[in-house]
Amino acid sequence: MIKDYEMVIGLEVHVELKTETKIFCSCSTAYGAAPNTHVCPVCMGLPGVLPVLNGKVVEYAVKAGLATNCKIANYSKQDRKNYFYPDLPKAYQISQYDIPLCKDGYITIKTSEGTKNIGITRIHIEEDAGKLIHDFRYGTMIDCNRCGIPLIEIVSEPDIRSSEEANAYLEKLRSIILYTGISDCKNNEGAFRCDVNLSVRKKGQEKFGTRTEMKNINSFHYVVQAIEYEYRRQIDVLEAGEEVVQETRKFDQDSGKTYAMRTKENANDYRYFPDPDLPPIELTPEDIEKIKSEIGEMPDAKKLKFTTTFGLSESDSDMILSDPNIAKYFEEVVKNTSYFKIAANVLIADVMRMNKDEFVCPVAPENMAKLVTLFGEQVINSSTVKKLLKRMWEEDFDPALVVEKEGLAQINDREILSAVVEDVLKANEKLVNDYHRGKEKAFEALIGNAMGRTGGKANPVIITEILKDKINQ
Amino acid sequence: MSELTEKTVYEHAEALRKKEYSSVQLTQAYLDQIEAEDKTVGAYLTVTAEKALESAKAFDEGKYSGSDSPLAGIPCGIKDNMCTKGIKTTCASKMLGNYVPPYSAYAVEKLEKAGAVILGKMNMDEFAMGSTTENSAFKICRNPLDINRVPGGSSGGSAAAVAAKEAAYTLGSDTGGSIRQPASFCGVVGMKPTYGSVSRYGLIAFASSLDQIGPLSRTVLDNALILNVIVGHDKKDATSIMRDYPDFTVDIKKGVKGMKIGIPKQFFGDGIADDVKKAVLDAADTYCKLGSELVDVSMPSLDYALAAYYVISSAEASSNLARFDGIRYGYRCDEYENIDELYKKSRSEGFGAEVKRRIMLGTFALSSGYYDAYYKKALQVRSLVRKDFDDAFEKCDFIISPVAPTVAYKIGEKSGDSLQMYMGDICSVPINIAGVPALSLPCGTGEGGMPVGMQLIGPEFSEGLLYRAGFAFENAGK
Repeated sequence: MIKDYEMVIGLEVHVELKTETKIFCSCSTAYGAAPNTHVCPVCMGLPGVLPVLNGKVVEYAVKAGLATNCKIANYSKQDRKNYFYPDLPKAYQISQYDIPLCKDGYITIKTSEGTKNIGITRIHIEEDAGKLIHDFRYGTMIDCNRCGIPLIEIVSEPDIRSSEEANAYLEKLRSIILYTGISDCKNNEGAFRCDVNLSVRKKGQEKFGTRTEMKNINSFHYVVQAIEYEYRRQIDVLEAGEEVVQETRKFDQDSGKTYAMRTKENANDYRYFPDPDLPPIELTPEDIEKIKSEIGEMPDAKKLKFTTTFGLSESDSDMILSDPNIAKYFEEVVKNTSYFKIAANVLIADVMRMNKDEFVCPVAPENMAKLVTLFGEQVINSSTVKKLLKRMWEEDFDPALVVEKEGLAQINDREILSAVVEDVLKANEKLVNDYHRGKEKAFEALIGNAMGRTGGKANPVIITEILKDKINQ
Repeated sequence: MSELTEKTVYEHAEALRKKEYSSVQLTQAYLDQIEAEDKTVGAYLTVTAEKALESAKAFDEGKYSGSDSPLAGIPCGIKDNMCTKGIKTTCASKMLGNYVPPYSAYAVEKLEKAGAVILGKMNMDEFAMGSTTENSAFKICRNPLDINRVPGGSSGGSAAAVAAKEAAYTLGSDTGGSIRQPASFCGVVGMKPTYGSVSRYGLIAFASSLDQIGPLSRTVLDNALILNVIVGHDKKDATSIMRDYPDFTVDIKKGVKGMKIGIPKQFFGDGIADDVKKAVLDAADTYCKLGSELVDVSMPSLDYALAAYYVISSAEASSNLARFDGIRYGYRCDEYENIDELYKKSRSEGFGAEVKRRIMLGTFALSSGYYDAYYKKALQVRSLVRKDFDDAFEKCDFIISPVAPTVAYKIGEKSGDSLQMYMGDICSVPINIAGVPALSLPCGTGEGGMPVGMQLIGPEFSEGLLYRAGFAFENAGK
């Protein structure tokens, strides 16, 4: 019976913008400060204060809109969303109601079913609320550091039909946002949070079913879990002859289930109205053009370039594009070498492994390019690449000079290498016998021995060839 | 009564410059006057005598940076809805009964930089909601000209203090007449400047799109001197307007010859008492004698302005006053079971009846399903009122009208009837709705010998012209 139904999903994503200062005051937005140290009368909502919009927030939101093919409003306004909660000092959140900064966009996703466009209904700016800290000794405390951190809310059309699509949408959106440079999108710092709106309907039915909303899920993995659970739950409800209740549900990470929080009847009436403290946001076509010119290449365009111009595989391209910093570094490296694939391999196999959370590479791209070229031209072998990279990580240098000075160039001369192999075979009769009795490992040991005799400088491909020839003679 | 307190700001500035008396002497004279009168009048909620004398001493010793300002060394009072760093700022509400702000309002900072001596904080209707200062949570304020009558409101303390010579001048705030109407009731001069010309930063908001700070003083010239100091762009107020503000005293003596003065019949309707009408029309005659010409103007949408005002101001107030929730500062109820009860009890106990009435009115007007019928409609009326003023100013330089339908009435006379009370704002609210400036000044006497006030209304940024016209009338026949 599950096959008779399809799910209809719309996602609302809150992205924290990495402006230096908050949206309506000059307090720092830095994460992790001691509670209530990044605050002032304005973000604390003290009596008499007024908000003044940080222009960077508009610029960043417009970047997000342009990067997701949205129309940018020449005129938009900010509205108050009124509700009482202890983490909201003014008892209203400044957001945008009926005229958002950006609307009618889309992004293209790729799943096992192929490519598909997911519509973006709107992107608007708003302020974040504070954080409640519950402590059994002191009761509930409020940290206002997060009050006034700028957010954009990106609302998708109900175009998503599976958890796979939802995941692909979120991955793609995150990637686009990262490439605009407007947010770090760190899930663990709450910089990328997702609300899921989901309903089910019989296949072929045009009318949407009643939807439920699951709020504030901060990992893609949990979004997928929540969708799968809620999908089955709603089908079960319908199959039992009951009706889905329009409500907000909480996703519980431990059980993987969703629970009812509040129904539509208990929903707040937010009494939106235009904030009289803030003039409208007006953008000329020139303003928008200027912002557009500051946005770099988006991941899709880069991928096309990587797979065609540079001849990388899809999966290697995806690996490098997963972080704009890696992609940027890669592009710097390939400016100075034509061994694109080798450059990609070194980055993926060596450099990315030497990093933990954030991508940092102390090796200048020019030196990296030289290292890649040395390997590509078979001047050095892969073990020398690894050794040099480790040293360059400690203290960067020109690898060409060091290879020359220290005589690290690999031995490609067949005569020299043949002599080495002869010696190895003579000195290791036991291993040779083991090999002939079918022990594959003996062959590796012999290669290792030969490499050792050349100080690791033998061309491993050539020496393997020679050894294979001679041992089978 | 010391004769020092009889002088105007302009005279004090002259005398202090010539060192005829010191700022400490002057400040002490006002403090003595407060001591003698304020038990009866009730104009002050807080008197900061020590601080005032310190500031005065600093001025006398030449330690003030602003000692070249005409306001330097001269004592004044600040309405208690403007934040004063380290000095209690209550909005005359139990809700903020012990609230001490950590910063000062822009206008207060401007005065302090100009070397002003702040005597204390003035009584008002709670959160500036009211027309009599009877809505103060702490004490009523009386009209110094007849202590059985109200001083008007909401800046009743600010007007009464000037009339009772308990301050050389004061700052008030005007959302729907709150500077002009008490000025009119107490026989002093009050200016509601163009919206956006004086920063609202630090003014505890009642209705953000209407609130404006302005001066109350004995004379028109004094008023201009004060406004000179407090106007100007403030980057902390996004609605504050960037422009070059002129010195409002430069043209003040140039007279009104050849000016066209608009008389809108809608301002002289049935609701206006005869004594008020007569005094204002007599003033218009005086202007004719001074060389002006009267023209009839019509402002048809004024009939709807009062209703629009009460919708817009209450809607904004319901949101602005939501932050007083008993959580971070201000009044919190003693006992509560949960967060909802904490909110409900703190707000029910902390706010007075009029404030609660407006919060409920505004919450209703913004509610889903009612927004279009009330709030949106009110905004449409607002555009019409603005257009009426624009059209009128095509035909005249400024408009003359009553400030209030009657002279000051008896304490308690209207406090039981909200609607009747709201009708009293009929002449003053259109000015806030349109955002234009208006100067209120005495133009005669009416019932019981009480002063009648007229208002001179001009287009945006015409304060200089209004002062010039006000000065001409004030000095006519002198």
